[in-house]
Amino acid sequence: MEFVILTLVKAALWAVIILTTLAYLQWVERKVIAHIQLRLGPSRVGPHGLLQPLADVIKLLTKEDLTPPQANKLLFVFAPFFSVALALLPVAVLPFGPEVEIFGIRTAIQLTDLDIGVLFLLAISSLSVYGIALAGWSSNSKYALLGGLRASAQMVSYELPMALAVASPLLLSNTLSLQELVITQSGYYAGWIPQWNFFKLPAPQVISYLVFLMAAFAETNRIPFDLPEAENELVAGFHTEYSSLKFASFFMAEYANMITSCAFATVLFLGGYLPLWPAEKGSDLFPTALFLAGGAIAMYHGLHPARPRDRRTLPAVALLFWFLAFLFQVPRLKQILIPMFWFGFKTGFLLFVFMWVRGTLPRFRYDQLMAFTWKFLFPVAMLNMLATGLLVALYGG
Amino acid sequence: MTEMLIFWAFAVVSVGCAVNLVIQRHPINGAISLIGVMGSLAVLYLQLGAEFIAAVQVIVYAGAIMVLFVFVIMLLNAEAEQRTGRSAAVRLIGFPSLAVLLLLVGMLIRRLAPAPESVRFGDFMGGTAENIGRSLFTGYLLPFEVTSALILVAIIGAIVLAHKEID
Repeated sequence: MEFVILTLVKAALWAVIILTTLAYLQWVERKVIAHIQLRLGPSRVGPHGLLQPLADVIKLLTKEDLTPPQANKLLFVFAPFFSVALALLPVAVLPFGPEVEIFGIRTAIQLTDLDIGVLFLLAISSLSVYGIALAGWSSNSKYALLGGLRASAQMVSYELPMALAVASPLLLSNTLSLQELVITQSGYYAGWIPQWNFFKLPAPQVISYLVFLMAAFAETNRIPFDLPEAENELVAGFHTEYSSLKFASFFMAEYANMITSCAFATVLFLGGYLPLWPAEKGSDLFPTALFLAGGAIAMYHGLHPARPRDRRTLPAVALLFWFLAFLFQVPRLKQILIPMFWFGFKTGFLLFVFMWVRGTLPRFRYDQLMAFTWKFLFPVAMLNMLATGLLVALYGG
Repeated sequence: MTEMLIFWAFAVVSVGCAVNLVIQRHPINGAISLIGVMGSLAVLYLQLGAEFIAAVQVIVYAGAIMVLFVFVIMLLNAEAEQRTGRSAAVRLIGFPSLAVLLLLVGMLIRRLAPAPESVRFGDFMGGTAENIGRSLFTGYLLPFEVTSALILVAIIGAIVLAHKEID
């Protein structure tokens, strides 16, 4: 019974955290892209456009929900919800932190740790193509159909290099459980260089890390591989006919898949929630220092305001940051917050890379996209796995 | 108790999807029903302790093979099957002969199978990836490697058949 209550509490907590992150990830992305393109980005709703996600949600909720008369009604409704359900499911196994003790109850921060966690994530990602493919097919429109076709061909093709890129670090870690995967990456070479699979001897997984990231771009239908929704060829691709909440579901699914891919890459290659350098050399102080510095910058600009309203908003932000900095040093909370900070820090960095790439690279042509995975990524991932296997067999994992 | 509930839920779903697969007239509905069968079978495998098989069932069957089915149905834009006039013979003896066939198969299974013993969920724990890998590379090494050669031959055959000579 205790297990059920605990799991429900954790599930509710993570649902709130993930859904808020989803909403604000979109705000962050718009801001990052805007600054890359020398624009301001959302700035009207709330200070610095911070209430923009809320406004977007209200807008999408109140829009008219259209269903094309020629569509397959059942699948047309089913597809977006299938997409978003599958996109949110991986949260159940992602290891956000180690086992901790709160109020005398010993529990893991993550919801559940499966023995086959890695396979579970691969299975979910292999199923997520149906949402897009069925959405494209059931709309009964040529653009949507073409988008759906492209999506299914692309996602099936990129799944191969992705699975091979996942297999190589597993050879080093020798487990399929995500929590154990993180634990096997603890420790440091020469006191400083972390033993993440990215650096791990005898076979550092730099190549499979890059292959994984490139495949992840394709799996999440992001630029430069966003052919399924290429707006200058296909209007909006597979979700051309969708509006209102159903459209929002696809949007949420895309961002949730992005978070999952980045979190999965963090766990596989970047040591999950482990710090960048040893705790005894002060990595526990890093979050506090970061938030203190952020607060100091905000306070300085608040005292020397460029705009009149900054005099009120920025000191408030500074106080918030200093409060967060203080939270990281509270003994009880420290054990929970610091691993979660590192997990969020690494995942956030990868998410930033996703946005950075979107602001930098143009879209591939479709034949280039297919040639790239079959003639380059797949052989490279294959060779990398063979080399990793050989090195692990020769020098021990 | 919980296990029985889960078992019955997914057993009913899997049989229901299988029946639906046969009676649906549109190929895409059939394909989706088949995905439902695969998914619920994966849950049943999981209950029997075969966690690796369950995951692979979803990854390979539901996630790869069925995607290709759906892809082809979408690409050909297949329409719903037309009902053709069924012959009198099919109408008269079709269902009785099916019933007799099922009866015969059932009797055969009862005769040949060992004494029925109810499954106890959680008894078998040997379905981990490690155990499967060990038996694939020791006891079943030859069949495993021969299968890979067979698949390679099939791929080459498909390419030869589909390849158009450009002269």
